[in-house]
Amino acid sequence: MSVKNIHSKINRKRYLKEKVFKIYGIIALMISFLFLLTFFGNMIGKGYSALRQAKIYTTITITPEVLEDPAYAFPEEDYYFVSRDEIRRLPLMIQDSKGMMNKTFKEWVTADSEVDQYLKGKPSRLKNTDKKYIDKLKEEGRVRLFFNWGFFTNGDSNLPEIAGIKAAMFGTIYVMIITILVSVPIGIATAIYLEEYAKDNFLTRIIEVNINNLAAIPSIIYGLLGLAIFINVLHVPRSSALAGGLTLGIMNLPVIVISARAAIKSIPPSIKEAAYGVGASKLQVIWHHILPLAIPGILTGFIIGLARSIGETAPLLIIGMVAYIPDAPTSFTQSTTVLPAQIYNWSTASLRAFTEKTALAILVLLTVMLFLNAIAIWLRNKYEKQW
Amino acid sequence: MTAIFFYIFLICIFSILIVGHYLGIKKALLLESEQKLKSRPYYYGWYCLIWMSIPAFLFYVILSILSFYKIFYFSPFLTYVFTFLFVVIGLLLSLKNITPKLNARVKVEKFIDILLLVCAGITILVTIGIVLSIFFESLKFFKNINIFDFIFGTKWEPDTAFLGGAGRGDEMVAEPKFGSVPLFAGTVMITLIAMFVAVPTGLFSAIYLSEYASKNIRKKIKPLLEILAGIPTVVYGFFAAITVSPLVVKIAESLGLKAEYTNALAPGIVMGIMIIPYISSLSDDVINAVPKSLREGSLALGTTKSETIKHVVLPAALPGIFSAIILAVSRAIGETMIVVMAAGLRPNLTLNPLEGMTTVTVRIVDALVGDQEFGSLETLSAFGLGFVLLLITLILNIFSMKIVRRFREKYE
Repeated sequence: MSVKNIHSKINRKRYLKEKVFKIYGIIALMISFLFLLTFFGNMIGKGYSALRQAKIYTTITITPEVLEDPAYAFPEEDYYFVSRDEIRRLPLMIQDSKGMMNKTFKEWVTADSEVDQYLKGKPSRLKNTDKKYIDKLKEEGRVRLFFNWGFFTNGDSNLPEIAGIKAAMFGTIYVMIITILVSVPIGIATAIYLEEYAKDNFLTRIIEVNINNLAAIPSIIYGLLGLAIFINVLHVPRSSALAGGLTLGIMNLPVIVISARAAIKSIPPSIKEAAYGVGASKLQVIWHHILPLAIPGILTGFIIGLARSIGETAPLLIIGMVAYIPDAPTSFTQSTTVLPAQIYNWSTASLRAFTEKTALAILVLLTVMLFLNAIAIWLRNKYEKQW
Repeated sequence: MTAIFFYIFLICIFSILIVGHYLGIKKALLLESEQKLKSRPYYYGWYCLIWMSIPAFLFYVILSILSFYKIFYFSPFLTYVFTFLFVVIGLLLSLKNITPKLNARVKVEKFIDILLLVCAGITILVTIGIVLSIFFESLKFFKNINIFDFIFGTKWEPDTAFLGGAGRGDEMVAEPKFGSVPLFAGTVMITLIAMFVAVPTGLFSAIYLSEYASKNIRKKIKPLLEILAGIPTVVYGFFAAITVSPLVVKIAESLGLKAEYTNALAPGIVMGIMIIPYISSLSDDVINAVPKSLREGSLALGTTKSETIKHVVLPAALPGIFSAIILAVSRAIGETMIVVMAAGLRPNLTLNPLEGMTTVTVRIVDALVGDQEFGSLETLSAFGLGFVLLLITLILNIFSMKIVRRFREKYE
């Protein structure tokens, strides 16, 4: 074999290896995207059915007996398929408007979750005779799937057919208000102090290492901190928006400090020196030149931190924000639940009908997060400056 | 009723603050028409604002705290009235102080300096507070439990501890045992599985993105990868528990193996996927930081691209990649929701990833979510575990930061 042949043989092998190596990279990226695709597909596939809720068209007859036992209001054969919530609410409705007595009216009422699951073709605990009855009602057009507004306007419930995320959404807003109030002003002020005032000495360097470390501490540790300090020492009410917001605020603090410092650092010193050169004071330099230029960077960090806080669950679990809370909070010291905690709660519920609710709540949460992240990316691209 | 008072109070305060700010500027302008002032007029407005808001704010906060802890009761209405009085007095005093001699700019700037210092101080206090508070709580735990039993014990049976916490110590059937080895074994197992998924995929993604992909593709793919890091962990947990776990069980069955639904494999794999962007973006940074001259030197010798990457770029970037992996490990160790939802509760010392096992974070959550009294041993055990967890992650972080710094110094 000639030398030339040996060479081309070796080279062919080398080029093959080169190709294989490149394919490894593509496969690695594919794994991530395949996961994202299956993940989103899975969540949408599980969650979209919760967007609709079965209702049943039935007659309600109000008689004095109904006040004693609301079951009498419904025809016997339909009664079993009507949501317990409709039955529970009936006496209250009668008390509210006295004119309803001894009247009969036909209405679409929320159906029981088992009927709902059966109509959506999911496993249901209905008996076979019941299933046949529902099929008959379906043919008559007396049972139908409607858009599930209740999911967005109701609080949590132990009845899957009326459980919604309103309380959790309001809770999230309440908690985020406190989180922002705690972390943003203090974080930005700290960043300004460290960048513009602090001298470069041993203490400053320790603080710097400290803040970087804090950003990498597992979030559950912040839950322990919240429990030990805010709840046990300061007696902030357990599972309140205040306790949750303070805990998440402290967790968010290093994120804000780091991003604000990076934004301030990226401003070229020449701008500062020019401002000092025309006689501006330190505060004027910061207020008129540094902050306006650093705002896009600070805002990006703020939004990313906010998105992270909205999705955070572990520390809130520790400070007791997973309790069953059906009503939206009206104050910061009331027991509150948040969206991720609601997801966790529903995911542990034994009734199968809660699975689709969980998936839909997850889709809502993911939409919020993706939206926030998209804003952050847009801001970063728009204001990215090459000095 | 109190809510209405509060809103009226807020409106009053804000309107008087605005009026006060305006009055300060007005007076300064009036003075300026006669003689030159030491500062620009708007500084006098800020000067008034500070005098009006800060003492009143402090007063309000102190009163609120006092009445919250029932040390001293003050009706909300009176609190509002007195706070408002503070604002008015502040306004009158500061307006009186505005004379041509007053250098408002210096005063305002000094105040801002102090404010910034206080904020930085709070941040630092918080950092120290976290470590100290968890340290002291865990001290309480280690007072009761021998630290060697905790570190080397292989049995974690805290169930009987609540009787002691409820003051029924003599009813304890068996001494509660707090041996943390099975918990850490579970944590290490799940972390290893996660790394097994995340390190190769993350690393090859980074290599492809930084060495092969065009700038345009890179710009589009990177945010997509970062979505993985942005998905809330509770969502990953749900996915692991509902979709991946049953899948693992099914696959294991078809292979003739027995898997539990709380197997370690499902949370491990999902956690690995979550960690991919941490490894890829950090490795991407360090691979990019390797000087171009090294690559060009190697390519000039006739190597292929992959040979250059394997023999020149990766060895040069190795310390940085190593530190990225360490950071990812520390993230995996502290990850909570995925394991809480998909891994087991039973401490299990085993090497079989198809069996259920528990982790440190799961037991922390489990110990604190129940209706335990705060002082009970089981609650305190969470702080003991948390302290060890904090220590481990801190050491890992500092270690990886050191490596990165040395790596940067080498090439800058």
